[in-house]
Amino acid sequence: MTTPVQPADPTSLTTAPISGRQVRIVLYLLVAALLAWLIFGIWPAWLNSALVSKKAFVSAILNGLTLSGLYFLVASGFTLVFGLMRNVNLAHGSLYLLGAYVGYEIADRTGYWLLGVAGGFLVLAVIGVVMQVFVFRRLEGDDLRQTLVTIGISIVAADLMQAVWGGTTYQFQLPDWLGGALKLPIVTAIKSNGTAVFLSYPLYRLLVLVAAAVIGVLLWLMLHRTRVGMMIRAGVDDRAMLSASGVNVHMVFAVVFALGAGLAGFAGVVGGSVLSVAPGEDVRYLLASLVVVIVGGMGSITGAAIGALLIGLAEQIGLVYFPTYGVVLTFVIMVVTLAIRPQGIMGKAR
Amino acid sequence: MTDPAIANLGAPQPIWLDRIGIGNILLAIALLLYPAAASDFFLTQIGAFSLIYGMLALSLMMLAGYGGMISLAQVTTAGIACYTVAVFGANNTGVLGFGWPWWLVVPLAVLLSAIVSALIGWISVRTTGIYTIMITLAIATAMFYFAQQNYSIFNGHSGFSGIKAPEFWGVYWRDPMPFYYLSLGVAAIAYIAVLYGRKTTFGLTLQASRDNPRRMRAIGYDVTAHKVFAWFLAGIIAGFGGVLLVWFNGRISPGTIDVGAAIDVLIIAVIGGIRHPIGPFIGAVVVTLLQTFAIDLVGAERFNTLIGLVFLVIVFVSPDGILGLWTRFGPRMAQESLRSGG
Repeated sequence: MTTPVQPADPTSLTTAPISGRQVRIVLYLLVAALLAWLIFGIWPAWLNSALVSKKAFVSAILNGLTLSGLYFLVASGFTLVFGLMRNVNLAHGSLYLLGAYVGYEIADRTGYWLLGVAGGFLVLAVIGVVMQVFVFRRLEGDDLRQTLVTIGISIVAADLMQAVWGGTTYQFQLPDWLGGALKLPIVTAIKSNGTAVFLSYPLYRLLVLVAAAVIGVLLWLMLHRTRVGMMIRAGVDDRAMLSASGVNVHMVFAVVFALGAGLAGFAGVVGGSVLSVAPGEDVRYLLASLVVVIVGGMGSITGAAIGALLIGLAEQIGLVYFPTYGVVLTFVIMVVTLAIRPQGIMGKAR
Repeated sequence: MTDPAIANLGAPQPIWLDRIGIGNILLAIALLLYPAAASDFFLTQIGAFSLIYGMLALSLMMLAGYGGMISLAQVTTAGIACYTVAVFGANNTGVLGFGWPWWLVVPLAVLLSAIVSALIGWISVRTTGIYTIMITLAIATAMFYFAQQNYSIFNGHSGFSGIKAPEFWGVYWRDPMPFYYLSLGVAAIAYIAVLYGRKTTFGLTLQASRDNPRRMRAIGYDVTAHKVFAWFLAGIIAGFGGVLLVWFNGRISPGTIDVGAAIDVLIIAVIGGIRHPIGPFIGAVVVTLLQTFAIDLVGAERFNTLIGLVFLVIVFVSPDGILGLWTRFGPRMAQESLRSGG
């Protein structure tokens, strides 16, 4: 985010004591204070009646944040692949689901959940490279056919996964140290005898949120502070020029595809542990990634984070306050974004 | 060199036989005589079903082939017509069902789906190329989830059942023979309309906007308006397809408009070919036949794998579908593929 540069006019500093920037900062602080009070303060009765209950509200926010984390993990791979290769990978949801199944199998056989997470990432990363080398490289430069091919792959993959794992819902067995709930320093209500009721929230969900944030930061650092990241960013801006300057573009593509697919697989295991693994999840996460990157802007990690936050929060808050129209809320966000900024919030106009 | 139709414009108008083309006449005769040879199953499950899905794919072909906009929301548009027929006509679910006569319901259904289509178009024409697929897919999925969750209009997961085709002129139009001819008639009108429409000023402007939107804008054409109107027209075709579809099935539920169905329509159009309006119908016949007889080949459960693989092979081998294979060595070889060169 860059703020518009104010003209360096000495008079403006003296004659206009409050600049637009200061107003904005005050506004942000007010919003932050309001949010902090909404979450940590003790609600008066009228607010409780207006927003169902504080517990419902804070839980919706926390669930929304957790979901945002998952959406970010899935969508960041999608947006990276798109940004670099102009390849709309409509099989991305299938990668998520496959990752979940692979992770489940490994965790189930070995008994170590962490091995399942690592396996989900690694296996899917390998599959990503295979897809890139054997499918997309052959159709390079033909966006439309690449997209059609991913549709075909997603159909076949969904069908084969159903053949192998059937239509049943799988539930991960979380290790003990991840189970249980954490008591948060958030007072939801005061009992009549004066003791405060604290909100407890599943520890695992909080960890998902933390993991997503850490991975987001790592991705950002990788993109902005390392040589590979520099190549990727250069490739996003001008692929031909990157190739001309002696970089093996196909290597970069393979790395990005492995990373994107691996993240989808990772998210599959992590997300499958929060919710469950079942056929149909692929479509759900594909839709989520689509909307997140449309809203956030194609090819931008920061955009994916913003989009994921918006969509995840909207979905969970919608679920609590207007259950039947939750999907519409997501949709409205997408349409409004398209109407105001067709390239997405952080997208670059091409 | 986008379409031979454009190149032919300057030539003197040939006599009517040449204008219609021997192939089209033979095809028409074959289709008209088809009921004489086919059983009821082949009339409805293969014949009428192909014609209906051919129409849905035709609405997609029209947008993709002439407008460069690949939509995955055609089944959503058709779904609007289905639901309109269910809500305003009669159904036996006991929810809504105003019982309006068919001659009121059908125009309303088609009009509504055309309007919805135009709205979808209006949202998606803000972006181009590959983005259109994503946005229409997002719209189609959102619509599916909405229909599934909303009980006041869409009656949620179960949808509506017991929707009957009308009965007039002493004919019950869902009987195999009448329904086949009804579908054939509507599909033929849609096919001819698209065939004719591509040579009209509007059709040519649309194709020009596909090839070079920038230049068209510079000349002074409102590219957005043309594209949105194309969506409106596609919505009319999809709407008629939807009305026939709901009469065919006798029921409508969110399952009819889910992502799988949306992708099916795209598969039909791509397998058939999106260069010429006949492509979607060829694709529909191929997919319907596969769908029906794949059970003998791979079993009912693995049908999607088969169709997905066929689709993959077609995309890899021939970007223009079966139609592309057909004309591979013909004079249409030089056609530019769908990629719009911004």
